[in-house]
Amino acid sequence: MNLLIKNGRVIDPSQNIDDTLDVLVENGLVKKIGAGLSAPAGTETIDATGTYVVPGLIDMHVHLRDPGLEYKEDIVSGTKAAVAGGFTSICCMPNTKPVIDNKAIVSYIINKAKAEGFCNVFPVGSITYGLSGDRMSEMGELKESGCVAVSDDGKPVHNSELMMRALQYAAGIGIMVISHAEELELVGEGVMNEGFVSTELGLKGIPRVAEDIATSRETLLAEYTGTSIHIAHVSTKGAVQIIREAKARGVKVTCETAPHYFCLTDDAVRGYNTNAKMNPPLREAEDVAAIKAGLQDGTIDAIATDHAPHHQDEKDVEFNVAMNGIIGLETSLPLSLALVAEGVVTLNQLIDKMSVKPSNILKLNRGTLAVGAVADITLIDPKLEWVVQAEKLASKSKNSPWLCKKMTGGAATTIVAGKVVYKR
Amino acid sequence: MAEFKHKHIIALRDLSKADIELLISTAESMREINSRDIKKVPTLRGKTIINLFYEASTRTRTSFEIAGKRLSADTVNIAPSNSSATKGETLADTALNLLAMKPDIIVMRHAVSGAHYFLANKVNCSIINAGDGAHEHPSQGLLDMLTMKDHFGRLDGLKVAIVGDITHSRVARSNIQGLTKLGSSVFLAGPPTMVPPGIEKMGNVTVCGTMDEALQDADVVMMLRIQQERQGKTLMPNAREYSRYFGLNPNNVKLAKPNAMIMHPGPINRGVEMSSSVVDGDQSWILKQVENGVAVRMSMLYHVCGVDSVE
Repeated sequence: MNLLIKNGRVIDPSQNIDDTLDVLVENGLVKKIGAGLSAPAGTETIDATGTYVVPGLIDMHVHLRDPGLEYKEDIVSGTKAAVAGGFTSICCMPNTKPVIDNKAIVSYIINKAKAEGFCNVFPVGSITYGLSGDRMSEMGELKESGCVAVSDDGKPVHNSELMMRALQYAAGIGIMVISHAEELELVGEGVMNEGFVSTELGLKGIPRVAEDIATSRETLLAEYTGTSIHIAHVSTKGAVQIIREAKARGVKVTCETAPHYFCLTDDAVRGYNTNAKMNPPLREAEDVAAIKAGLQDGTIDAIATDHAPHHQDEKDVEFNVAMNGIIGLETSLPLSLALVAEGVVTLNQLIDKMSVKPSNILKLNRGTLAVGAVADITLIDPKLEWVVQAEKLASKSKNSPWLCKKMTGGAATTIVAGKVVYKR
Repeated sequence: MAEFKHKHIIALRDLSKADIELLISTAESMREINSRDIKKVPTLRGKTIINLFYEASTRTRTSFEIAGKRLSADTVNIAPSNSSATKGETLADTALNLLAMKPDIIVMRHAVSGAHYFLANKVNCSIINAGDGAHEHPSQGLLDMLTMKDHFGRLDGLKVAIVGDITHSRVARSNIQGLTKLGSSVFLAGPPTMVPPGIEKMGNVTVCGTMDEALQDADVVMMLRIQQERQGKTLMPNAREYSRYFGLNPNNVKLAKPNAMIMHPGPINRGVEMSSSVVDGDQSWILKQVENGVAVRMSMLYHVCGVDSVE
């Protein structure tokens, strides 16, 4: 089926386009961009007046929980949440049961996503076999079977030698390593950021330096070996500065942050709110300011969600017992658009961080509306006013700190390979 | 008489100055009952109180039990650590099961900070916190303040030194919340590994560099229990060195005012945080603290029950 998207504000940072234009899609590919395009017979026309037409958004950090933890989320519900949030591609993390460390699991995910999913799913395999932290996975086979990166997300590769070898080996294969940067001894039994709020609530704190030290190690290992590394979910002022300095030295490091790290502080934990419990934990106002500065000056390349669905039974418990993480796919776009309204980033920068950069970092061959590219397109209604309601979320899990909160902006239409997969 | 409007007592942080004063003044009148020949009034007759202690406790649990009995309530003690909790039952499920027995008050001690707020959202009876993690221990804070009032006749303008592991101490937090609300100042001393960040922002609180600085001209010296099992291997070298810098002994106690009170929430490690001669000395109020515990807990039980008057 062919599509003509008319009169939208087309923003494509990959081609430096920001203009009111039409986009013609034929056979799942972008056929033409221009003003006043006319449609061949049989073309469906979408009036995009008042919306931004952008390369499909990409979330490079999602937990789909499938296989093994389908009571939290599965490939169908997770991709449905993705397209409702404007995402046309997502990368799923390997901490499933079993772990994504072999071809069978990768194939299962890719096949199920193709057959039943709503958007592209790019699996991330594990760095170490079974996330054990003691020997490398078969990264070559993982890449050949469709993994776009390797990561032990959820925990760091504690052994520095193994991490260094993994970086070298992965570079040989040509697969990106994504690091969950944390110094585990310093995290200890901490359950939230260490600071005034943890002191007052009597909760064990996780010092920010736990993330800073690990981020520092990763950048030094990448520098020493001359390899690439991507740092996941950056949350501290120190980590932003370490990455900024590494980039200035020419280290091939990229990084992402998540909306909760620029929208919330550890104050959100007050009342022992388990929907404000995640890892890394929510930090303090000066960290939020540093994250925003990092987004602004390009130190932080991408915005990902770290979408981490958990069942109510795993969140409606005492704070220490509650699982880490929140869902993010359906709230990321409005929360990130607020950065534009606030003047932290331009619209162009935002689309760059939510589509172009994630594609470039992981070589997804997406993130562009160039003629001939796969027609993954998101139509954003910047004025849409809506309220986050648990029962209306597509995700199986409802663990969001933004329940009942008002949002501005959202996906109007999500198009994957020329097919409308979501319409608000 | 002022009115107490709280259904639960979970943290002194949640209470106003007037609430705290009311709880203390009621405790003062409850003491009269404790000195009678027949130490019992029918005030809470027909009320059921469940003492749910997830952590071991002798002093606090016994004190709550006696307090309930002196007010004629029916009290039941449950220690889930050796019953259903070990079979994997969640706190919420345990509470709902207990609730089916229609208690009026659940007095709970739990290792997780904030567990009482979680529980309060699940049940319709009153919740009293008998200690949660490193968060608060409101009945201890109140009985400490009652004891200070016994000696000084007031709770404002006092210099209170609290020495020891502040990070893990719910007693310290409740005392800080209560004392600073009532107009006293708190001076903290402990190894920097045991002083949590930002604690000086909790009120009129000063973190001292040395124990001597905290003791200087103090009206009250409150020593905290040092627990090797809590401090692990990383917070201090050993008890011997701890005692050398943060132990109260007959020499440094002289830095405090001559009529200063020496307090400890118990149980004491003699020879570690306090030398025996100080524990048993003239300035020690430690046993009076225990005695006041019953009156304070009677006051707490009475006020959350919202009954009209003490008979």
